Amino acid sequence: MRGTRSDRTGAALLMAPLLLFLALAYAWPFLGVVKWSFTLPTPGLGQYGALATDSLVQSVFIRTLRIAAIVTIVSVAAAYAITVVWVRGTPAQRLIAEFCILVPFWISVLTRAFGWVALLSNRGLINTWLQSIGFISEPLALVRNEFGVIVGMTHFLIPFAVFPLASSMRSLDDRVLLAARGLGSSRMRTFWSIFVPMTRSGIIGSAMIVFVFSLGFFVTPAILGGGRSVMIAELIYLRIFQSPDWGLGAAISVVLVLFVGALMALLFRYVRPKQLI
Amino acid sequence: MPTYRPGPVSLVLAALVALFLLLPLLAVIPVSLTPSRMLAMPSGELSLRHYRALIEDPRWIQSILLSIRIGIVSSAFSTVLALCFSLGVWMFQPRFTAALVGFVLLPMVVPPVVSAITLYFLLTSISGFSSFFGYDTWLGVAMAHAVMTVPFATVLILVSLSQLDRRIDLAARGLGATVWERATRIIMPNIKFGIVTAALLSFVLSWEEIGVTLFITSVNAITLPRLMWMGLRDNIDPAIAALSVILIIITVLVLAMRSVVVRLRGGH
Repeated sequence: MRGTRSDRTGAALLMAPLLLFLALAYAWPFLGVVKWSFTLPTPGLGQYGALATDSLVQSVFIRTLRIAAIVTIVSVAAAYAITVVWVRGTPAQRLIAEFCILVPFWISVLTRAFGWVALLSNRGLINTWLQSIGFISEPLALVRNEFGVIVGMTHFLIPFAVFPLASSMRSLDDRVLLAARGLGSSRMRTFWSIFVPMTRSGIIGSAMIVFVFSLGFFVTPAILGGGRSVMIAELIYLRIFQSPDWGLGAAISVVLVLFVGALMALLFRYVRPKQLI
Repeated sequence: MPTYRPGPVSLVLAALVALFLLLPLLAVIPVSLTPSRMLAMPSGELSLRHYRALIEDPRWIQSILLSIRIGIVSSAFSTVLALCFSLGVWMFQPRFTAALVGFVLLPMVVPPVVSAITLYFLLTSISGFSSFFGYDTWLGVAMAHAVMTVPFATVLILVSLSQLDRRIDLAARGLGATVWERATRIIMPNIKFGIVTAALLSFVLSWEEIGVTLFITSVNAITLPRLMWMGLRDNIDPAIAALSVILIIITVLVLAMRSVVVRLRGGH
């Protein structure tokens, strides 16, 4: 039944509008950005050469990788803790965990970053409270630095880390765990030597998602970093809109895409896409 | 059958994470009630002046209306395109399906900042020809949002199609139904829920989109997130706290309603 001529026409007619739209509105302008990276301000590989030597760009790259690594470890660990209860808790525990995961997930990145500003800034909740009980005399610098960026990004990314973990914990066979307990293994031992190894694919998938997301993060670092803890995405923004240096901004974007592409290719060698949902 | 439940250590750790997740959402409540003009905790008296500012300052209302308009247009556009594409994939299973779907999903996996500079390139190029469709116009923003939301709509519709029984379509086909009849009278009624979800998700994603919007707007097309951004970057306006409280309450209500509906339907 497959592959008759009318079938092919039908498929083409139905699929063409979206493919055409994305070709014109996404693929073509992306090639334009690639062209900028080779032609602005002067034709050649000058922008890529500058990337390799510019110490500011390099320090931003290194900071981005460092923050992304810390955020990945913290988010996956935190997500693991709450996912265990979301997937395997009693019905009431599950409901509460689901609420705590889904409400932040659906709230916009701006509102969540603002919530952290309200908590962490000099006149925010935490500093006001610590001063009122006389614990500190000067406000602690909790925001407009790397600490604030890491806290805000971790908060944003935990729900994304939850979904691959949940899918691997759901498919896990209860009887193996009960057998281990029945044979006298302690709770701790059952958890570390059976539960965790069996959810490995979920851990890898969720770490990869969080890491890839962190690399291109813009809004949270820009608000909670206060211009002092600039990451790659903010650097691109500054190159395009403040110092106008479109060629360099474009070149950084191209490098970022290639890097993320390589990571995704690596991810899909170990994890099948279906396991990530 | 007994099940393996989390122990006390797990529960304590999970509770700490839950607290961490809710803390910033709760923190905006006292800030929204401060009588001060700047970001501060209320000391003593409470005030609703920042809630009043949301109603009285026309900029907030204008940006909310603009965000709704852009959300509706971009969501309708991306849902229709995603629906047609997914129907094509499901009904005809053409060659290179995986590659084509992968191409459609690109805006979802490429770092948003790269999509932003790409769409900036697109809209500034269009601005050369047209003054009402391009950089810093509401139609330009709607199109850019459609690019960003269409992968999500496609995924949702493809997932609901994958749960559909192919035999009902084969039966319709065997009885002589045309492609149009199969699509509109057999398949679409069965994936209604997926289509509506795709449209709603597209709207929500457009409504809160900021990463791309920052690159493609300056003074005319000020969406709500864009206005919030301006208030957050300069000196922080507590009206944002009031707005945040309202948005959080709406989110909680919608999620609660959704879980009631899901429970009534008996599925998940």
